[in-house]
Amino acid sequence: MNNLPDEDWDIEITPKNNLFDLRLKDTWHYRDLLLLLVRRDFVSFYKQTILGPVWFFIQPTNLAKISTDNVPAPLFYLAGTIIWNYFSECLTKTSTVFKDNSAMLGKVYFPRLIMPLSIVFSNLIRFAVQFVLFIILLFFYYFKGAPIHPTIYIALFPLLIILIAALGLGLGMMVSAVTTKYRDLAFVVTFGVPLLMYTTTVIYPLSTAVAKYPAYSWLIKFNPVTAIIETFRFGFMDNGMFSWGLLGYSVAVTIIILLLGIVVFNKVEKTFVDTV
Amino acid sequence: MAKAIEVKHLSKAYQLGDFGTGTVSRDLERFWARLRGKEDPFLKIGEVNDRTQKGGSDIVWSLNDLNFEIEQGDAVGVIGRNGAGKSTLLKILSRVTSPTAGSIKIKGRIASLLEVGTGFHPELTGRENVYLNGAILGMRKAEIKRKFDEIIDFAGVERYVDTPVKRYSSGMYVRLAFAVAAHLESEILIVDEVLAVGDAEFQKKCLGKMGDVSRGEGRTIMFVSHNMASVKALCKKGLLLSNGALDFEGTAENTIEKYIKNKRQINKGSLTHIAGNGDVLIEYILVNNTSDCSLNIFEDVEILVKYSVERPNYDKVEFFIIIYDQDDNEIVSMFQRDSSSFTTVDASGASVRINFKNLLRPGSYQVSAGIFDIYRSFIDWVAPCTAFTVENNFHEGGQYDHRLGKVYLQPEWNLNYKRS
Repeated sequence: MNNLPDEDWDIEITPKNNLFDLRLKDTWHYRDLLLLLVRRDFVSFYKQTILGPVWFFIQPTNLAKISTDNVPAPLFYLAGTIIWNYFSECLTKTSTVFKDNSAMLGKVYFPRLIMPLSIVFSNLIRFAVQFVLFIILLFFYYFKGAPIHPTIYIALFPLLIILIAALGLGLGMMVSAVTTKYRDLAFVVTFGVPLLMYTTTVIYPLSTAVAKYPAYSWLIKFNPVTAIIETFRFGFMDNGMFSWGLLGYSVAVTIIILLLGIVVFNKVEKTFVDTV
Repeated sequence: MAKAIEVKHLSKAYQLGDFGTGTVSRDLERFWARLRGKEDPFLKIGEVNDRTQKGGSDIVWSLNDLNFEIEQGDAVGVIGRNGAGKSTLLKILSRVTSPTAGSIKIKGRIASLLEVGTGFHPELTGRENVYLNGAILGMRKAEIKRKFDEIIDFAGVERYVDTPVKRYSSGMYVRLAFAVAAHLESEILIVDEVLAVGDAEFQKKCLGKMGDVSRGEGRTIMFVSHNMASVKALCKKGLLLSNGALDFEGTAENTIEKYIKNKRQINKGSLTHIAGNGDVLIEYILVNNTSDCSLNIFEDVEILVKYSVERPNYDKVEFFIIIYDQDDNEIVSMFQRDSSSFTTVDASGASVRINFKNLLRPGSYQVSAGIFDIYRSFIDWVAPCTAFTVENNFHEGGQYDHRLGKVYLQPEWNLNYKRS
């Protein structure tokens, strides 16, 4: 029998991996699976509904009477809500990813990161449909003569989407790691996320908050979603407050949260089957 | 031959009971120990996993310092009693969970089949599910596309490819699911007891397909099953696990033999009572006055069931005896009432004997017995305990010649002569 030198082994299964071995290459190999999972979510949800994607529209808006800085109220709220909805969907769905898919994850190995990623992309489709609605509404009010017009910062839109997805994903993965053992935290998320919405500028403009409640404005700015929503509004409607500093802060927080999320997630994915 | 899998000092611990309020404080304690570079205070390496005995801690070692190697191209059957660690081993090999200690080294791509049809979605069509399931099992899209026709052909569901699988019959569903898995291109295939589903014909086809794979393409297979017949059919080598450690390693036949022998030893001492109120208890069963006897075809057999009366609540009872083959299939059952008799019991207890001519084929068998009251409610029923072997020869000394059929009779042959 010829003994193979150690480096000839293709896979090594040991109790612990390097904490920062993110196995992104492995994940890349499974990219087809990611697409198929997104497709499955989409198809399975809409297959037997005749109206299909139209149902996407019947979802948002939460109307209250707060100043909206000259922007037509529906447009203002829609801008905030679609961004926030995307964030909160990514967060809540990712946070229960182990529990929801335990049947499948307990039987086959594939890079677990695929699962939350598929959630992010599935919701991106949802977001896209809502975004189209937003654009239609935008044109409608624009031609009606509302004081809105796009600015150069509209070019930041792709970055904003990546930021919001990464933020939801990262936070969701952190929560998911803990909920495998402590289910209670899932309830905290269910209650907490809607509350969190009030600490960011979904239903009120940042300018009003800063003017009326200067003592609390740090809390609103502290929420990394604030800068994203404000930049979005500023880019598309020239409304709200934009600052590179605030956006830079959001980017930094997002990167940290995402990396931390992946690390924690990779650590838990190896043994969650035993505890879920 | 080169090694395909090398398992070294593999151990896996599970925590028993609930994860309750104790878990947080325990996690903190564990964390504190790790910070100081100490061992996990809750894991005592080396405790034997015996589920019938209460252990000192609520950690259980499902695998305990397991070592073995598998060579490339081998088909290896993994057998063992329930709780011996078979499934845990497969789970670790398929990377669904990770070991507590030790390591596994693998050469080549590994595909595992712990379940057929993982990720199948009822709303998606057969085609879509084939792609999805293939991707979950690690195939690239192009690879599935190339094999698609072959897969559908193997499953025999051409007409239904574009129908949602929720409208499939359960047989079609399983066939499609297995077909995907059977077409995986991997050097190592790990199969749990997934063949228990599907009809006999398809099972045979699957075993055939897997057999092709291991003989033709030099693929390594690890196969877990309780069905000794399929282990024998598919595997050349065997691994016997017991209490999370390797008990025996050898050819498939030897391993199965050893497994059956172990079963006998375990069951000799104490009986497992499956049902009944225990007013009358079976103490032991003997075949031809031993608990492990060999006999020939058409030899006279005597089975003796010794019982004791715990509470004198019955005066008339009915005995029954069931004989199982080595794969735990019931072969024959015998009821006292069929012979229009009952046993009259009194407080002293005694034994019943049945006598018959052995009509069973060569092989290993196990005997279980039980007691009914006259209304056929259980008073006692014990799990198969006593074993016997039917040897490869006839009572008169003739060699058994692998004839057709499942049962042998010794009828009277009457000859009619032409009357002139």
